[in-house]
Amino acid sequence: MAPDAFDPARPWRLSPEVSLRDEPFGALAYHHGNRRLVFLKSTGLVALVRRLGEFATAGDALGELVAPGERVRYARALATLAAGELIGVG
Amino acid sequence: MSAEPGLRDRLEGGLRAPICLTWELTYACNLACTHCLSSSGRRDPDELTTKEALALVDELAAMRVFYVNVGGGEPMIRRDFFDVVEHAVESRVGVKFSTNGTRLDAAAARRLAAMDYLDVQVSVDGADAATSDRVRGAGSYAAARRAMDHLAEAGFRGFKVSVVVTRDSVEQLDALEALALSYGAELRLARLRPSGRGVAVWDALRPTAAQNRRLHAWLVERPHVLTGDSFFHLSPLGEPLEGLNLCGAGRVVCLIDPVGDVYACPFVIHDRFRAGNVRPAGFGPVWRESALFSELRAPASPGACASCGSYDACRGGCLAAKFFTGLEASDPDPECVFGHGERKLATTRVELRPTPSIDHSRALAPGAPGRLR
Ligand code: SF4
Ligand code: SF4
Repeated sequence: MAPDAFDPARPWRLSPEVSLRDEPFGALAYHHGNRRLVFLKSTGLVALVRRLGEFATAGDALGELVAPGERVRYARALATLAAGELIGVG
Repeated sequence: MSAEPGLRDRLEGGLRAPICLTWELTYACNLACTHCLSSSGRRDPDELTTKEALALVDELAAMRVFYVNVGGGEPMIRRDFFDVVEHAVESRVGVKFSTNGTRLDAAAARRLAAMDYLDVQVSVDGADAATSDRVRGAGSYAAARRAMDHLAEAGFRGFKVSVVVTRDSVEQLDALEALALSYGAELRLARLRPSGRGVAVWDALRPTAAQNRRLHAWLVERPHVLTGDSFFHLSPLGEPLEGLNLCGAGRVVCLIDPVGDVYACPFVIHDRFRAGNVRPAGFGPVWRESALFSELRAPASPGACASCGSYDACRGGCLAAKFFTGLEASDPDPECVFGHGERKLATTRVELRPTPSIDHSRALAPGAPGRLR
């Protein structure tokens, strides 16, 4: 099954199959199911990913947690995570 | 998985836990492959006990080690093999384990197929018995194929067929890919390094420069072939290969051996690269605080590679390959694609190359103590 394309108007959350490990540069995320390892390269992105599930939509999370000038970049990072199924609609 | 230069510097500075941790459960092995990286054969009487092994799993889980590469020796020889791997998987420490397949019968295959977060790699060193058995011993190819049959029958999907690339097996890449495909399996290739018993056969078995060029081209066309970041020394040939493209020894990689000794990488089982042991206070303090790992994480100087325009592509290559061929850490990789390593090798003396500090080969005096120091 192809992963859902990232749509900021939908609710997204960290996949329950993912482990996060904080690292000096941000965090490492590992999906135990598909064995994908991803570098989260800023602490801001880590905080966003951890709290994603608390918001009704990913757009809300971006609006609340990310400075306006950074939102495009962070949305792109979320799209990459969605493609690897590290975050999913839920 | 890939990393741009900025991130690579951070990785070289070390992580809170390894990305790629190999745990060799035993030095015991019923085969005697000529290139064995851990010189395995006899069980070491000082092996970690079941209790110690399970406690180590708990610590790895707490450190959020995502998965361990389990090897040996032949890990399935350990009587508590399933206890250890099942405990790991239940603790969310994934297991990727390598086996010669001789103990992988139908019942074991069914048990493995029932587990999540577990990958199996069955080793052969050629696409036919004649080629593979030359390295791994008579009957080993047939045994590995039986193991693959059992896995397929048990419905284990996507296991790995694992091959060390030698002068001979490199001529069979297409046949090896077809073999893996016939099982719905994935092909995994690894570089032959001059480690363990491999020290003695490396000169004769390693691919030629021309073969390495063909291998690189073959891999670039097949990103689905797994390499475990093994061939990044070939990246200066053109496109970088999938992976981090750096030597991770002590930075993102390390080895815990069967007696709990921690080495910078599975290919440097030598006193020079032993960081400590997990028995006194666990793995964490060794990973975080050992003097050896601090040394390996310090910014590396490009040394003899400084004037090479490709340093960013290969970072000077593999520490183990350099060490066991008598080169300095700051020298080019012995298989440097521009021949700089080869030229340097010509100035060293084969008889002065370091030999492994530990040898569990069965050919050694039977009944001799487990470790040669
Ligand atoms: S000279 Fe050094 S950096 Fe350049 S390709 Fe050879 S090993 Fe790599
Ligand atoms: S020493 Fe060689 S095998 Fe070990 S991590 Fe470095 S490049 Fe890889």
